[in-house]
Parts: sequence; structure tokens; C-alpha cells
Amino acid sequence: MTLVVTSGLLLFALFCFLIWFSLPVFFTETTSVFSLKWQPEQGHFGILAMVFGTLLLAFISTSVAFIIAMGLNSFCLLSRRRWLVTLLRTLLRFMAAIPTVVYGLAALFLLLPLLRNGLQLGSGYSLFAAVCMLILLILPVICVMLDNITAPLWQQYALGAQALGFSPEQIYMQVILPHCRVNIGGAVLLGFNRAIGDTMLPLMLAGNATQLPSGVFDAIRSLTAHIALVIATDQGSEAYNSLFAAGMLLLMCSACICLLSRYLMGLQRLGQPE
Amino acid sequence: MSRLIGYWGRLCALFIIGIMLTLIGFILFKGLPTLELSLFFGDTAPLAAMMGLQPVWEGIWPACVGTLTVVLCSVSLASVPGVASGIWLASAPDKPAQKVFGLAVDILAGIPSILMGLFGFSLILLLRGSFFPQANASLLLASFCLALLILPYIACATQNALSSLPKQLSVTGAALGMTQWQVTYRLLLPQASSGIMSGLMLAIGRAAEDTAVIMLTGAVANAGLPGGLLQRFEALPFTIFYYSAQYQSQQELNMAFGAALVLLTVTSIIFTLLAAVSRRRNRNIFGSANSRKRNIYVR
Repeated sequence: MTLVVTSGLLLFALFCFLIWFSLPVFFTETTSVFSLKWQPEQGHFGILAMVFGTLLLAFISTSVAFIIAMGLNSFCLLSRRRWLVTLLRTLLRFMAAIPTVVYGLAALFLLLPLLRNGLQLGSGYSLFAAVCMLILLILPVICVMLDNITAPLWQQYALGAQALGFSPEQIYMQVILPHCRVNIGGAVLLGFNRAIGDTMLPLMLAGNATQLPSGVFDAIRSLTAHIALVIATDQGSEAYNSLFAAGMLLLMCSACICLLSRYLMGLQRLGQPE
Repeated sequence: MSRLIGYWGRLCALFIIGIMLTLIGFILFKGLPTLELSLFFGDTAPLAAMMGLQPVWEGIWPACVGTLTVVLCSVSLASVPGVASGIWLASAPDKPAQKVFGLAVDILAGIPSILMGLFGFSLILLLRGSFFPQANASLLLASFCLALLILPYIACATQNALSSLPKQLSVTGAALGMTQWQVTYRLLLPQASSGIMSGLMLAIGRAAEDTAVIMLTGAVANAGLPGGLLQRFEALPFTIFYYSAQYQSQQELNMAFGAALVLLTVTSIIFTLLAAVSRRRNRNIFGSANSRKRNIYVR
């Protein structure tokens, strides 16, 4: 039991550390941190551009991944080629096991040359490239959750709905989906959390320019990549302060999303008749 | 309208299978030709390199050893508290303390890995500022932060494995006069062992692939074999990242692809084991056979 307490304390220590380190930032130089300018040489440590980049990245990739995940989920339930479904499910679980660095490496030498030479888009490091790979990264998360939610519902309702004359597609669209709308929201939030928290793909692919993007093919820098870059390049202590603010924001974000998604996913037990 | 979802599903499935085959095929295509002895050991004689007699400069052997060490350290750090908190969570899932702690574990599981790295980094700053001025990024720190990262996975897996056991098991144990510790240690844990094992394997996979944490807490590009707990070290994911970003020659790029292939192989082996274990778990006495047993009890 002492061990349990220790691990609880560790978590608590993590929170305390980040809050303690970032408090001065919020109280003393608020204007400096929450601005768009990141020019360490001139003493501007604004991280808003990075916040915006992270949100943009996460929103685009989650929404696209969600649409694809719906398609995959419907395929898993509806298709009559069961071997293909088994293959797809195994592949999705396998995708969750692939290291993000490998995704990054493959994109660096497969996707970027395509953008650079095929579409003539400068260096190719862009929001678009990072979004493409992030979709692949969060797709298994959303898909497996969706599968866990909808497969029992399908077993429960498919026969009855079929007897009422629904086609399989109609069962999926009009019986299953409305029934678990809230839980799907929870699954998507989990994917969103994963997209916010990933470091390697934005770091390797997004170009890391501290600017507001004007289109999908512009370079951006995400908060996570920002933390990694600043620590790697070893700038002064004031730059570190902005890091703790960034870490704080990420922590708050992911904690809120976790709580919300846990709540949404838990609603199933209340709403679903046994 | 409804019919469209069928077409869309088929399109997506083909699309994803195609993309993944392309990606994995690309890694295989680039990585397989580099996969020979010199990828691991460079110009050094393999045996001497393995014993650590000669340093390896142009090979990924030190990175392999570094990854292995850091994963072993972090799993051994995290497994005992993880399993313990899982047991505690499963022991009384409805008490308020457990609920709060379960929530904390959930949040911990969702925290971005780079924050664990940042935590380790600020830990160093704190130690340096207070009572341990020579503190530096090291293997120990990296494995500690990785342990924080994988702890919730182990705890969740243990909790799930234990709470899926039938209630009769612990009740019967108690009726036979076993103490709670004996029930847990002799009855529940052996029965839940495959679930806990799969949690551990998941944790190993996470620890092996994570780059962000070790990048901030001690992995460097050229450290040789890990010299001790307080030394910096090399790791496979970091090698891939480093050489893919700043390769000087074709040979270094080949090293990146070789390392990626090795890492991919390792994770897919772990994945296969995981799948095998969970399939066995679904089939063993606590799957179908046990529900029959439970019915006997109930009757």
C-alpha cells in the first residue's frame, strides 16, 4: 500500500513541479508569454503562435481521422469479407504499436520528396505533412475505441433492426450511431489528446517555424516540438520559463480532455440497457 | 444516403491498407539491404564490441544496448508500484479514495510524453539548485521518467485483469481461512498473470518506442555503451531521429533506416506476443469455461 501512495505522490509531484515552475511566468510576465513574438535574442518569449499551431494541427488531424475512422468502423461491421475485416483489425492494432519515429522517418523520405518535387511546395516541411502522419497515428486509437463501442451494440440490435426491414447500412447509420453518439465523442477526444501530445511528428515534419500559418502548406511549430527544440538548443533561463508555461498549458489541456472523455465514455454504462 | 457509408467504408479500408503496406514496404525496402553485421558493429570486431572492449563508432550496437538497458530499468522501476496500485484499485473499486486515484492514473496515462521529459529536466534543475549540484541528465533519470510514463499502463492492465476475475474466487479464499494477502498473492495474481503480463508487454513497447522523454533526459548521439546509471546513453529511437535529421553521408542515413527496421521488428515481436497472450487469455479457464463454473456456484 505504501507503494500505491508513492506512485500517487509522484503524480502529485509532477503537477506541483510544473505549476510551481510556471507560476512566476503567469504572474510577472504575462504579456511576454502570451504574445505572438518568439525572438529569444530580443527578449520576446511569446508562445501563442505555438499554441495556435498545436490546436490547428490537432483539430485538422482529429477531424479527418474521425471521418476515416467512421468509414473503417462501418466497414468492420458491415463487410461480408470477414477475412478482410480480421486483417484490418489486426492492422489497426499493429499500427498502434509502430513507433512514431518510424512514421516520421518514412514520411521524411517518402512524403516530403513527393511534396517537394511532385507538387513544388518548397521544402515540403509543412502543416500538411504533419497532419498526414498524425492521422495515421491517431487513427488506431479512435478506431479501436469505436470498435469496442459499436461491436456490442451491433450484436444487440442488428437482428431486431433487420427484422424491421433495415438494410445493414441503415442499421449502422440510424440505429447504432445515434445510440452511442456521446461515447463516440469520448473516443474522438482521446484521439485529440494523442494528437496534441505527440512530439516527434511535428518536430520532424512540420518545419518548426514560429509563425502563424496562412495555409496548410505553411510551416508551423507545435508546443511539444517547441519544448523539445528549446531544451535541445540550450537557450537562456528566460526561454526555459516559457517552456514551463507551455508544459502547464499542455498538462491542463490533456487533463481536462482526459476527464471529459472518461466522463463521456462512462455514460454508456448508464444509458445502455443491460 | 445510408448506402454511401458502405462505399466510404470500403474506400477507407483499401486506402489504409494501401498506405500501411506502402509505409512498411518502404522501411523494409530501405532497411533490409543495410541489415548486416556492419550495421550493428561498424568496423569493430563484433565479439570485442559485444564485450565492450572496443568502442563502436559507426554502428547501432550501443544504441541497441542502451535501449535495452533503459527499458529494463524503467520496467523494473515501474512494475512493482504499477502492479501494487492496480491491486489496490481493484480491491475496492467503489471507495472514494480509489475513485480519485483511478482518475489520477487515467490522467497520468493521457499526459503527453514530452511533459514527462520536461518533468525530468526540471527535476535536474531543482537538484542542481538545491543539494546535489553535480546532477545531470543520465540513464537513471531517463528510466525514472519512462517509468512514470508506463506506470499507468501497468496499473490499468492489472486492475482490469483482477476485476475480470470472478468474485467467488476471493470469497472462497477468505472462507477457507486465507488472509487477504494470501488470497491476493496465491489465488488472484496467478490467475490474472496473463493479463498483467500483457500490460507489462504493452509498457515495454511504449518504453522502447518513446523518443520525447529520453531526448530530454539523457539520450545523446555518441555515448558508446552505457557506462553506468549516471552516464548518458544512446538509444535506438533517438538514433533514428538524430540521423534522419542531420545525416552527413549515405552511410549514416542507412544506419537510420537499419535502426528503424530493428525497432520496428522489436515492436512487432512485442505486438505478436501481446496478441498471442490476450488470445490465450480469452481461451483459458477464465473465458468460457469459467462462466460455466460460475453458474454452478450460482446454482
